[in-house]
Amino acid sequence: MAKVKSHRIKSRDNILDYILLVVFIFLIIITIYPFLNVLAISFNDPIDTMRNINFVIPRKFTWSNYVYVFKENNLMKAFVLSVARTVAGAGIGVICTAMIAYVLSRKDFYFNKVFTVLFVITMYVSGGLIPEYLLLMRTLKMGNNFLVYIIPGLVWVYNIILVRSFIEGLPLALQEAARVDGANDFTIWARIVLPLCKPVLATVGLFMAVGQWNSFMDTYLYAKELPTLQYVLYEIMEKATVKIDPHAAEQIKNAVSPLSVRMAVTIVATVPILIVYPFLQKYFVGGMTVGAVKD
Amino acid sequence: MGAKKSQKERIIKPKFSMQLMWKQRYLLLMSVPFVVWLIIFKYIPLWGWTMAFQDVRPKTMAQPIWQRPFVGFQNFLKAFDDRMFGQTLINTIGLSILGIAFGTIMAILFALMLNEICFVRFKKITQTISYLPHFVSWVVIASIAKMVLNDGGMLDTALHTKLGLMSTNSPIFWFTVVLINIWKEVGWDAIVYLSAMAGIDQGLYEAAKVDGANRLQRIWHITLPGIKPTIIVLLIMGIGGALNIGMERQMLLSNGIVQDHAMVLSWFAYVRGIGNSNYGLGTAIGMFQSLVGILLLFIANKIAGLLGESRLI
Repeated sequence: MAKVKSHRIKSRDNILDYILLVVFIFLIIITIYPFLNVLAISFNDPIDTMRNINFVIPRKFTWSNYVYVFKENNLMKAFVLSVARTVAGAGIGVICTAMIAYVLSRKDFYFNKVFTVLFVITMYVSGGLIPEYLLLMRTLKMGNNFLVYIIPGLVWVYNIILVRSFIEGLPLALQEAARVDGANDFTIWARIVLPLCKPVLATVGLFMAVGQWNSFMDTYLYAKELPTLQYVLYEIMEKATVKIDPHAAEQIKNAVSPLSVRMAVTIVATVPILIVYPFLQKYFVGGMTVGAVKD
Repeated sequence: MGAKKSQKERIIKPKFSMQLMWKQRYLLLMSVPFVVWLIIFKYIPLWGWTMAFQDVRPKTMAQPIWQRPFVGFQNFLKAFDDRMFGQTLINTIGLSILGIAFGTIMAILFALMLNEICFVRFKKITQTISYLPHFVSWVVIASIAKMVLNDGGMLDTALHTKLGLMSTNSPIFWFTVVLINIWKEVGWDAIVYLSAMAGIDQGLYEAAKVDGANRLQRIWHITLPGIKPTIIVLLIMGIGGALNIGMERQMLLSNGIVQDHAMVLSWFAYVRGIGNSNYGLGTAIGMFQSLVGILLLFIANKIAGLLGESRLI
C-alpha cells in the first residue's frame, strides 16, 4: 500500500485526516453493528426479543435459542453436512487444482496447449442453468447425492491459472535435479512442487472452503434432502414463523420467537467463517492482487 | 530471468509418437481424468444449447436428440413475447447500471480514503473490517438485511418512519439491492484499486508537493489518472457481465411483493425452464443472456479502444 505521507505543507491538509477518521469510524459502525445486533438477539431472552427490547448487550443472557435450534431444527445434521462438504470439497479441490496446474505448467507436455485452451474457454462461456440442471438431475442422477456438492465444482479454472503462474515462478532447476535423480513426473509433483506451493494452495483452499461453506444454490437446486446450514437458514426465513403448539402452556413459557431462532441460526452459519477469517486475511490479499496483475 | 530464457530455448514442440506418450504417461494420468471431467460438466451443458432450438419437455427428454421436434427460433420468439420478459430485461439492465455506477464510485472513494488516511493502525483495522461481509454468504446477508430493512425493522424503528425499502414494488427495490451489495462488497472491491494506487510513482507526489499542490489536487491530478487503466478494465468486465446478475442474491433479498422488480434473466430462465418444465424455453433465455453478454463485452472493449484507452482483450 502507498507510503504514508509524512510531510505536510499546510495545516489545512491535516483537517482532512480527522474528517477521514470520523468517516471511517462511521463506516466501521455500520459494518459491525448489524453483526453485533444479530449476536445480541441470538443470546437475548426470546420474550424480550418479541417485545422488541434489543440492545447490543442482552438484558437477560440465555443459551436457550441455541439449545432450541439444535434440538428442534435438525441443525446438527446440517452442521455436519456443511462441515463435511467444506472439508471434502476444499481438500479434494486443492489437490486436483495443484495437479492440473502442474501439468499445464509443463511446456514440454504434448497436450499442454490443447488442454489449457479447453480449460480457459469454460471461463468465458457456460451452458447455463437449465442444461446443467438436466445433466446433473436427469442424465447423471446426482440429485440428493452428497457428490453433487463436490464433483460439479471440483476445480475452478481461475484457481488453476493462479497456481500455474505460481509454479512457473519456481526455479526449474529443482525439478531438473529430481529428474536426474530418477524421479518420475508424479514424484516430482508430489515431493518437489506440492510442498513449494503451500502458500498459493493455502489461498486457493481458503477461497474454496469459503465458497463451499457459503454455497446455497446447489442445495436449493439439487439436494434439498441434504440441507446445509445455509439452506436451513433460508427455510427458516421463508417460513418466517416457527411451529409452536399454542395449546401447550409449557411451550409458550419456553417460546422462542422466530427472530431469535433465525438469528441463532444466522450466527451458527457465520461464526466458522469468522474463526478462519484472521488466517484467511494473511493470504487472500496476495491472491487477489496476483490475479489482478497476471494475464 | 536467466532460467526463464533457457527454459524457452529448450522447448521445441515434440512430434507425436507412442514413445513420447509413454514418456509422458504420468502427465497424461494426472490430466486426462480432469479433461474428462471438464468435458462432462462444462462442455456437455454447452452442447445442451441445442435444446434452445427444440421443444423439450419432461416427456420428450427421454427421446434421443434427433427425434425431438425441431422448432427453429420459436423458443426465442416465445421468450421475447412473454409478458414478464420486458420487465425482467429492464430490471436486469437497471440493476446492472446502478450496481456498476455506484459500486465503482464507492469502491474508488473508499480506496482513496484508505490511501489518504495517515493513522496506519487505524487504516489496517478499517480495511480488515471492510472485507468481512464479503466472506459471509448471501443467505446470512439476506437474514441480516431483512432484520434491519424490513418494515418495522431496525432502521424503521430507529428513524420512526416506514421506509418500506424491502417491500416497495418499484425501482426503489433496485436501490435497496444495490445498497446492500455495496455494503457487502465495497471493501473487497477496493483492494484492486488500492494495489493500483500502490503502484503509482511516489516521486510524482513529491514533485506535486514542491509545486504547491494540495491533497485534493494531488488526488485529482495524480492518483485518479494513475488508477484509470484499472478502472477501465474493471468497467469493461462489468459491462460484459451486465446481464449475468445471479438469481441467488435476487431470490434471497426479495419477497413476493417486490417480485416484479426483483426478477432478472437468470432467475427467469429458471422459472420458465424448471418451474414450468419448458426446458427448451429456459435454455433459450439462458443462451440469449450468454450471447448478449459476450456481445456487450466486445462493444465495451471496442469503445474503450476507440477512446484511446487500454483494452481488456
